Formats: sequence, structure tokens, C-alpha cells
Amino acid sequence: MDATILGAAVINGLLLGGSYALVAVGLTLIYGVLHIINFAHGSMLMLAMYGVYFLLVKAQVDPYAAIPLMVVVMYAAGYGMYRALIGRFSHGKDENILLITLGLSIVLENIALFFFTGDSRNITVSYSDRMIELGPSLVPLPKLVSFGASLLLCAALAWFIARTDTGRAIRAVAKERHGARLVGIDVEKILAVSYGIGIACLGAAACLLVPMFYVAPTVGHLFVIVAFTIVVLGGMGSFLGALVGALLIGLTESLSGLFLGEALGQIGISLIFILILLFRPTGLFGGGR
Amino acid sequence: MLEVEGLSKIYGGLRAVDRASLRVAEGAIAGLIGPNGAGKTTLFAAITGFALPDEGRVRFAGVDITGRAPHRICAQGMVRTFQITQPFAQLSVRENIMVGAYLHTPDRDEAAARAEAVARQVGMAALLDRTAAGLTVAGRKRLELARALATRPKLLLLDEVMAGLNPSEIDEIIPVIRGIRDAGVTVFLIEHVMRAVMSLAENVHVLSYGKIIAEGAPRVLAADPVVIEAYLGHGAAQRLAGAAHA
Amino acid sequence: MSAWRVPVALLAVALAYPLVFRTNFAINFGVLVLFFAVIGQAWNIAGGFAGQLSFGHAVFFGTGAYCSTILHVKLGINPWLGLWASAAAGALVGAFIAALSFRFGLKGSYFALITLAFAEAFRILTNAVEFTGGGLGLLIPLKRSAANFQFPERIGFYYTILALAALSIAIALWLKRSRFGARLAAIRENEDAARALGIDTFREKVKIMALSGALCAAGGTFYAQYFLYIDPVVVFGADKSVEMLLVSMIGGTGTVYGPLIGAFLLTLVGEGTRALTNAQGLSLIIYGGLLIVIIAFLPNGLIDLFKLRWGRRRA
Ligand SMILES: Nc1ncnc2c1ncn2[C@@H]1O[C@H](COP(=O)(O)OP(=O)(O)OP(=O)(O)O)[C@@H](O)[C@H]1O
Ligand SMILES: [Mg+2]
Repeated sequence: MDATILGAAVINGLLLGGSYALVAVGLTLIYGVLHIINFAHGSMLMLAMYGVYFLLVKAQVDPYAAIPLMVVVMYAAGYGMYRALIGRFSHGKDENILLITLGLSIVLENIALFFFTGDSRNITVSYSDRMIELGPSLVPLPKLVSFGASLLLCAALAWFIARTDTGRAIRAVAKERHGARLVGIDVEKILAVSYGIGIACLGAAACLLVPMFYVAPTVGHLFVIVAFTIVVLGGMGSFLGALVGALLIGLTESLSGLFLGEALGQIGISLIFILILLFRPTGLFGGGR
Repeated sequence: MLEVEGLSKIYGGLRAVDRASLRVAEGAIAGLIGPNGAGKTTLFAAITGFALPDEGRVRFAGVDITGRAPHRICAQGMVRTFQITQPFAQLSVRENIMVGAYLHTPDRDEAAARAEAVARQVGMAALLDRTAAGLTVAGRKRLELARALATRPKLLLLDEVMAGLNPSEIDEIIPVIRGIRDAGVTVFLIEHVMRAVMSLAENVHVLSYGKIIAEGAPRVLAADPVVIEAYLGHGAAQRLAGAAHA
Repeated sequence: MSAWRVPVALLAVALAYPLVFRTNFAINFGVLVLFFAVIGQAWNIAGGFAGQLSFGHAVFFGTGAYCSTILHVKLGINPWLGLWASAAAGALVGAFIAALSFRFGLKGSYFALITLAFAEAFRILTNAVEFTGGGLGLLIPLKRSAANFQFPERIGFYYTILALAALSIAIALWLKRSRFGARLAAIRENEDAARALGIDTFREKVKIMALSGALCAAGGTFYAQYFLYIDPVVVFGADKSVEMLLVSMIGGTGTVYGPLIGAFLLTLVGEGTRALTNAQGLSLIIYGGLLIVIIAFLPNGLIDLFKLRWGRRRA
């Protein structure tokens, strides 16, 4: 095998992993605190991507400039959804939370389908096609930006959780919900805040993804199973795990695509998912189950 | 009936059960006592296949059953109850007991009849159609007992079936346990309620920090300085002494 | 016996239905209700009765659809025989996934995720391999005859899927009354207690997954013969898994008639919105919304509405 092709595939895989990490960090945060798989994650990403798309098309707001706005809006959406639906109607049962997020994802996706049709939309910004030379390959600028941003986002979240008061409360709730309640933490509020932050990450992710991805009602599907895999691989609840997991998955996808061909290549991710569930369900960086 | 030889269970660095050896004779009511965290529940778990022992052997009715799966051990005639009750919460009391009764019959009517008979035996016939989740602590403890009994065991391991019961509830359950033994089931029970141990058990094993430190008739043990030592600080020495005089 | 009144009455209604409502629309409606009831019940006996929540039941559905279709299209084997082969294949895949996952002690959301992963793996595999027709899928050549499982009249399909639906309800009724069913309920409620009472939880779970897989795969074969076309996304996709789960959840998991109720509602909403508008997605908006409303207000599913009425009448 040609070293340049291999090198290009590695770089491509790492960059792809960066995009995946953007989606996976929020998911791992939500899992770590609420102990549920947020099925609405993909559709919330999709909504955010439409938001970014329309901001650009209707109001000429550059996707990167929209980051602060989108983060705030998605935080509010996540917090509100948790307060109004998930927390209130789950009757304290984990399966119910899971099913409500599933219901939400079905509703949101089909609302998008109903209003925006199934067509995929692309945008072009001045830097969409700017190429940067990186070792053996030419890389589109948006991919590099999103890679760097994913590192920043993981670091920022890790800092927030480790150093701020809210972060400490989140950790307390994640570890010992009951104990946290006893020491006077408003657990329901912290759960809503955590869900909000997890969704806010998607606001940033959407801004970074739109310059290089199409937008369609089902675009979340592309990311969501991959993101589940990453979260399990990295260890549910671990940010570093999500980042490393995302890079590994990106590499796997790129390399198995190279060796097995485009169609069969995708199976690498499913196989890793199965193997990790069987042999190390706590993931690479996870604590106990 | 039951022979345990040098059994150990290690959690991390902790020897929760440390080379424990004991025998329970057929037809007896034997007791296992010891301070909180002594390893009593862990010993039961290691005997019944819920925890894989790190060393030692367990023989039941002459057969080496060390490390066998719990369901196989149950099928052979040894069944345990849980200290923290584990009801099938959404099922009725009848259905709960029937699960045990189904061990020896595939027939629904036969299992239902067995469940009713057992419920009468432990005094919960009136609760048969109640949902298990709605039972009081005393009701749940009885349900543990009833389900286990429905499997027609030869040896019944009871883990604190009286904890959390009030004195009159304890007075009710003591004759029930004696009745079970009189019907031919060997009983091995963990109990903190000394009054019950005194009145039920013929032979008692004392566990402390995972080790069997004494064995004998309960009234003799109550005066044994080693046993009192083990309990000191837990206030149980007085309880023992008090019960011995009662 | 009074226990037989409900199933016998339902069966009588179902048998008479296509004789009374003879339009293609009405019969197609009935076929869809019964079809969703079958695959919903397949999910329900594992997810509801035994508490083994799966997000990847499409793996069995797709296995069934592809098994009989490949046998038919590539080897010329009659699809009626293929139906049995599919059920066997579904049982095998079910037993395999279950044995692997339960041997490694997977539970709860971990089990749900591994079923999802298997469905994805199967989808990708059929999509990539030429033998299965790849992403283009497989077309079953048109040759209308009952002997060929391609009834010239829709009513033939109706009675076929009715037989499968009746079988699925019979299985659920049997589970409600048998030792096997009692053991599954015990496993669902508390696995440790079940083991203590002599239940081989591993074996029972593998058995129910095999049964569920077989029933689901039979549904897959029916689907292939009814629509005469399958592709990897349609039969192995996450949407199919979700559909089965929804049918069961909305109607009432762990109940005998829940999936039937859920299937009726799914079809009603689906066909109803299709009659009203061309826009895509409306029926699923309603259905997803219903799921949320039901979890919020009727945690045991729509079947609670029926129980309430019966309870009142009896009182
Ligand atoms: N699964 C486990 N992992 C780690 N440590 C354990 C585990 N189970 C028990 N232990 C430890 O083993 C020791 C013995 O516990 P065990 O429950 O057997 O005590 P016990 O005598 O039954 O106490 P009690 O009277 O309070 O019921 C304790 O220190 C406990 O913390
Ligand atoms: Mg104990």
C-alpha cells in the first residue's frame, strides 16, 4: 500500500473523528449524569443544523459567527425540554426517559420532514473550499477548524465540570443522586442543566458541521449510532474518552473504508461496537458500570 | 447435610469470608451470628453459588457443589432468601410463590395449589392476590420465605428474615420456622434478633471479620468471652446476656 | 370458559372482516394492522414479557425477509417453504445474539445497544454484498398464485397474516399461563431472585429471544411476499426496530393484546394522514407524540383504557 494514501487516510480519519467528537461529548455528558441514552441527540443536532442553515440563508449570519447564539439557544431548548417533558413525564423510570427521547426524536425528525421536505441542502461560504496542505494531503479548512474546535470543546467541558460550582454539583448528582439531594442540591435542576449543556454542545457542533455537510431531516442518523459507539468505547461519561473514542472511530472508518471498500467499510464501526460491549462495556476510560 | 471447608471470598484486598468451616446437621435449625459486616451474607452467597469462592469447598448432601450455578444448587434442594428482599414487584403474591413452586412441576394448577398451601403455612393466605410491591416489610420477609419454601428445599438458608419486624411479628414467625423444620426441612439462619436465635437454634456459628470464631449451643455461646469480645461496641453482648436470662 | 371469550370473539371479527368490508383499501388496512401486530408481538414477548428491551429487532425481520427471498429468487425454493426456513433462521440469529450477549452478562441499555449494533452490521453487510442484491435490494418476480405465496386477491394475504397474528396471540396467551411465561416474568422483575429459585435465567432468555426472532422473521417473509421488494435499509433499518417497539409500547408492553391495539392505532394514523395529505412525516409526528403522551399519562399503554372500562363494569 502506498504510504501517501495511507497517510492521507489517517489524516482524514482523525479529522472525521474530530467531527464525531463534537456530537459525542454532549451525549457522554448526558449519559454520565442522567444514565440514559439520549435518543433525541441526532434530531436535536439536525434542528440545530437547520437553524444554522437558515441563519445564513435568511439573515446572512456566518456559521462560525453564529456559535454563541446557537449555543445559548440550544441550551435553552435542552433545558426547557428536560423541564417540560423528560423530567416531568418519566415518573422516575429510566426506560421512560429513554422512550420519551425516542418519541421526541421521531416527532422532531418528522416535523423537519413535514416543513423542510426530505431534500438535502448545501451551503457555500467563502471558506468552504479553501484547502490547506497537511503533510501528504490537502484538507478543507472547515474540517481543520472543526477538529481544533472539538479539542477545545472537550477541554472546556472538562474544565467546567472539574472547576466550577455547577460542575461540582453535576458531578455530585452523577455519582450519588440521593446523597446530592441530602446535601441540598436541587437535583432536578442539575439534571435539566446537564441536559441543556449536552444539547448546547450540539449548537456548537452544528455551526462547525454545516460548512462541510449537507443538511437534511435524517442527517442526525449519520452521527447518532456512531456517537453511541464512541460514548460506549470511550466510557460513558468520560470527555477524554469521547475524544479518544471519536478519533479511534474516525480512523477505523477511514482505514476500513480504504481496505474493505466504501460499502463494507462501515461495518468496522458496528464490529467495534459489538466487541466493546462484550469485552469492555465500561469503555476505555470508564469507571464501574 | 451441609459441609463447608476452608471457604474464602475475597473482595479486592478484603477477606469478606476467611477460611470458614462449618457443618449443618440434617434436621437441625442452625444459626449464624456475627456483628454487622462480619461476612454472613457473603458466606451464604458463596455457599449458594451467587459468589464464586476464592478457596475452599462446599458439600451439600454428600455432593461437592463448589462454584455451581445458583439455579442448579436450588434444584438440588438448597435455597436461600435475601436479606434485602427481592420481590417480583409487579407480580401478585400468588404469582411470586408460584415461581418457586414451578421448580418441580410444569403444571399451573399444581403450582397454584402449592403456592396456596405455602402461603397458609407462612401466614399470608389473605395476601395472595396483593401485588408484591404493596407489601409491608414484614409481608416482604414472609414472601421471601414462602417463595423459597415453595421450591421444596431440603435445606433452607434464611438471611435475617426477622430484621425490621416488630416484636409481635417476630413472635408470629418463630413458630412458622419451627414448623418448617418439623416438616423435615433443615434450616440455617442468619439472625441479629437474639431472642429468635435463642429459642430456635440448637447450634450456632459465630462469624467475625470473616472467620468462624466460635460454635456451640446458643446459651453456652452467650457466656463465651470470645463471642462477647467480637460483639463489644455493638451493644450485642448485653442483648445476648439479656436474652439468655429471659 | 370466560378466558376464551376475548380471543374467540376477536378471531370471529377478524375472520368476518374481509367478507364485510371488501374494498382493497379495507383489506389492505386489515393486512397492515395484523402485520404490525405480529412483529409488535414478536418484540413484546422478548421486550415486554421477559423484559429484554431490544432496539434492533429489525435484525430478525430482515433475516426473515432476506432468507426466504434469496432462497426463492436465487434457488427457486417455494416461499411457503421459505417461510419455515426464515423462522428457523430468525430463531438461530436470536439464539446467537442472546447467547453471546447474555454469556457476557449484558443487561438493560447495554443489551439494547448490542441488538442495535447487530442490526446495523446486518444492514451494512447486505448492503455491501453482491449476493443479496446490495443497496439495490431484491425484487421478487411477479407470478401471482396462492401456491407461490403471491395471492391474486388481497384476501389471501389477509388470511395468511391473520393466521400468523392468531399464532402470535396464542403464544402470548400461553406465556401468560405457562411455567415458561412465569419464569420470564420472574426474570423481568428480578433476575437474582429468579436464579435463587432455580431458574436457569440464561437458558430461558436465549429461548425467548429465539422464539421472538422466529416470529419476527416470519413477519419479514410475509412483508417480502406482500410488497415483492426488499432492500437493506427498509428491512434492517433502525426505523423498523423502532416501529416494533412503538407498536408494543403504545398498546401496552407485557400484555397479550397491547401490540394489536398499538398496531391498529399505527395503521389508523398512518393511513388516515395519507388520505388527508401528501406531505411526508405527519403520521409519525402524531405517532411519536402519542408515545410521549402515553408515557406521560398512561404508563402501561393504551390497554389501560380498556382495563379501566372493564374494571368499572365489573364493579
Ligand atoms: N460485592 C461486594 N464487593 C465488595 N465488598 C463486598 C461485597 N459484598 C460484601 N462486601 C463486603 O464484605 C463484608 C461482609 O459483608 P456482608 O454483607 O457479608 O456482611 P454481613 O455479615 O451480612 O453484615 P450485615 O449483618 O450487616 O448483614 C463487608 O465489609 C462488605 O462491605
Ligand atoms: Mg448480611
